[in-house]
Amino acid sequence: MRSETIQPSKEMGKLVFKNKKNHMLDKIVPILLFLCAALSIVTTIGIVITLISETYQFFQQVPIMDYLFGTKWSPLITPTSFGVLPLLSGTFMITVIACLVAIPLGLASAIYLSEYAPKTVRKIIKPILEVLAGVPTIVYGYFALSLITPLIRTIFPDMGVFNALSAGIVVGIMIIPMVCSLSEDAMSAVPRSLRDGAYALGATRFEVALKIVVPAALSGIVASAVLAFSRAIGETMIVTVAAGATPKLTGNPLESIQTMTAYIVQVSLGDTPHGSIEYGTIFAVGMTLFVITFLLNILAQYVARRFREEY
Amino acid sequence: MSLLEEDTGRKQIAQRRRMDFILHILFVICTSIGVLALMALMVDIIMDGIMRFAPDLFTNYPSRRASQAGMKSAIVGSLYMLLIMAPLSFILGVGAAIFLEEYAKKNRLTRLIQLNISTLAGVPSIVYGILGLTLFVRGLALERSLLSGALTMTLLVLPIIIVSAQEAIRAVPKARRDASFALGATKWQTVSRSVMPSALPGVLTGVILALSRAIGETAPLVMIGGLTYVAFLPESILDSFTVMPIQIYNWISRPNEAFHELAAAGIIVLLIMLLLMNFAAILLRNKYQKNV
Amino acid sequence: MQTLIEIKKLNLFYTAFHALKNVSLEIPEKAITAFIGPSGCGKSTLLRTLNRMNDMIPGTRIEGTIAIGGTDIYSNEVDVETLRKKVGMVFQQPNPFPKSIYDNIAYGPRLHGIRSRQQLDEIVENSLKASVLWDEVKDHLKRSAFSLSGGQQQRLCIARALAVNPDILLMDEATSALDPISTLKIEELAQELKDRYTIVMVTHNMHQAARVSNQTVFFLNGEVVEYADTEKLFSNPSDQRTEDYISGRFG
Repeated sequence: MRSETIQPSKEMGKLVFKNKKNHMLDKIVPILLFLCAALSIVTTIGIVITLISETYQFFQQVPIMDYLFGTKWSPLITPTSFGVLPLLSGTFMITVIACLVAIPLGLASAIYLSEYAPKTVRKIIKPILEVLAGVPTIVYGYFALSLITPLIRTIFPDMGVFNALSAGIVVGIMIIPMVCSLSEDAMSAVPRSLRDGAYALGATRFEVALKIVVPAALSGIVASAVLAFSRAIGETMIVTVAAGATPKLTGNPLESIQTMTAYIVQVSLGDTPHGSIEYGTIFAVGMTLFVITFLLNILAQYVARRFREEY
Repeated sequence: MSLLEEDTGRKQIAQRRRMDFILHILFVICTSIGVLALMALMVDIIMDGIMRFAPDLFTNYPSRRASQAGMKSAIVGSLYMLLIMAPLSFILGVGAAIFLEEYAKKNRLTRLIQLNISTLAGVPSIVYGILGLTLFVRGLALERSLLSGALTMTLLVLPIIIVSAQEAIRAVPKARRDASFALGATKWQTVSRSVMPSALPGVLTGVILALSRAIGETAPLVMIGGLTYVAFLPESILDSFTVMPIQIYNWISRPNEAFHELAAAGIIVLLIMLLLMNFAAILLRNKYQKNV
Repeated sequence: MQTLIEIKKLNLFYTAFHALKNVSLEIPEKAITAFIGPSGCGKSTLLRTLNRMNDMIPGTRIEGTIAIGGTDIYSNEVDVETLRKKVGMVFQQPNPFPKSIYDNIAYGPRLHGIRSRQQLDEIVENSLKASVLWDEVKDHLKRSAFSLSGGQQQRLCIARALAVNPDILLMDEATSALDPISTLKIEELAQELKDRYTIVMVTHNMHQAARVSNQTVFFLNGEVVEYADTEKLFSNPSDQRTEDYISGRFG
């Protein structure tokens, strides 16, 4: 019988613990992986540099004060005017309408799902909301134009085809799932024992929900509202399709308006020569949009972290 | 002692119960609005589009005449876009996730990258369009090509993929890593042979969901593609292109009602494609839940 | 001693699981009754039926009756909110609300309709005094309840339960998350409270039952094995299983 034992390879009487091939791989791989991760930083820097350099050139030609405080936006028609306020007010109106729809409905759905709904109902509703969140925005745009606008026109017959109200409502519907799922996450994180404590004192369900769970989850709920606001500001296709292309300072949601995002699409669809002032407006408006949403997102993260309750 | 309250106490409780009942109803109504909206949307689109949901839609190129128009080039464009994006975003996204979960030290740079990723996820998609326009279309002179579009969309979905892949990797029990290390495996052997196989279904679920978001994304591609009248199939990645959402947008923005029906039919195609992708993701997720 | 809680032929099911089997008990007022037994024996379940906290677990089904002060607590005449107001509960883990000390105590009275500031102040003070926490916190009632130590938090929870003026206090392993010194304080507090309240406590700790309670009920597999005066049960149990348990042969 042949006896065979596995022996450690020996080199000059010493055990060898090195395997060159694996060693190399373990040096190269982390570097490659780091490059993948660093790409996100590069992307951010790319966005910032792009926006800043082109915006800077734009402000060489258009005084920044005229841009920020001007009340007329007509960059494509002479005499040109580059006041961003009409676009801002249009964006703001859409956002406010959307939040008026999304925050109460989203929060109420979250309370229902987390505090009231039996398991079986929750199992049905949550996937539906996920589907709602996955519907492309262009589809919502069609929905606004073909169903919501005619519906509103039965109440306000004088309203135009393109209007802020319909677009705002549909943007709101689009954001409901986001508000709902983020708020519900925050409410589910509230420990069972707090609810028990309140029930044991004789609280009813709505008292537990509104006086214990919602306050305890407030940071998450506020963060979800801020994110909703930011999402509505950045939403593009719904407003491009349904809100119109007439930048104006108005408080009337039944009128056609234009948002910052819709303006960017409008210009990029036309054959504006690049290098021109008109082309520069894309970047100035894009920068404005980026700065606002960026600050809101930072705010949301800050709120969620800073005011996180310790239960 | 008595459990039966005097009249005032009973009244107070009856009142609170009524409040609870009213709010319960209110919450149910609010929740149903979301559900009803989805149903209304589906019904609206199917009613409008079902007549045009016919073979012509798949075989014809866009046309000025609504009766002859189809979305062949857009469907093919979307599929090509997916084919380019899927491997790119998978490799880059999963690579970043592995780095952050397995290799990165808990230092400031890591935190910065992590914070940066979650911030990028919140940047409006149109801003990616601006980036793509400057960087790929002009900067790298790739023009308004399929490649420009795919690269832009890759950047857009990366944050989503990274975050979901990180979650999947984090869900792999530490014991599996230890077992591998204890057998003398190196870090990369452990990651590639022990951690990733366990995490893969979860990672793929995230990738598919992110890609399904990209398939429906319109705004950045409108900026990159611009061109919406594409009556040919792209033959190389540097050819100009169109995709389904752009074609749909084009049809929606025409005043002629007949084009709106086409748009609705196009939406049906788009939604079916999304549904299939989501279904695949759910299947994977179920498999995943069984494994871990 | 007069009987306050009368449980008759109680059976409780969690869907298919038979958690309480034919339990009949008479719990006297103004005394401490302890429920002991190994984990899963049904002692906590029974405690939670006394203020109907089990109602919230889907699939729970109950047969038999529980009467408190002569009224069936599952009858239509009884509002569960009133029941829970009269039957207070303290939980295993201290669970103060993420609010100030003051608002924690005032939460219950406010629910039940007390709005006057003066009245609330009085209730807060009295409840905190009753739970022997007043001297430690009277100068910072506005502080978060989380600033208190674990033992203090548990006494705050007892004060919170007392603030709605209950007749019965249920303690569900109320000291199991606390250190020995805090545990001792809670036990002393229970002794003091029994002159005014009927206390039912669930405990994992047999010594605690022996130290604190007047009567002890020993549960096993959802059944009452033995119910006797504490002294008798621990010194001279009549059932072999009780003896095995208290002598540490299982559980």
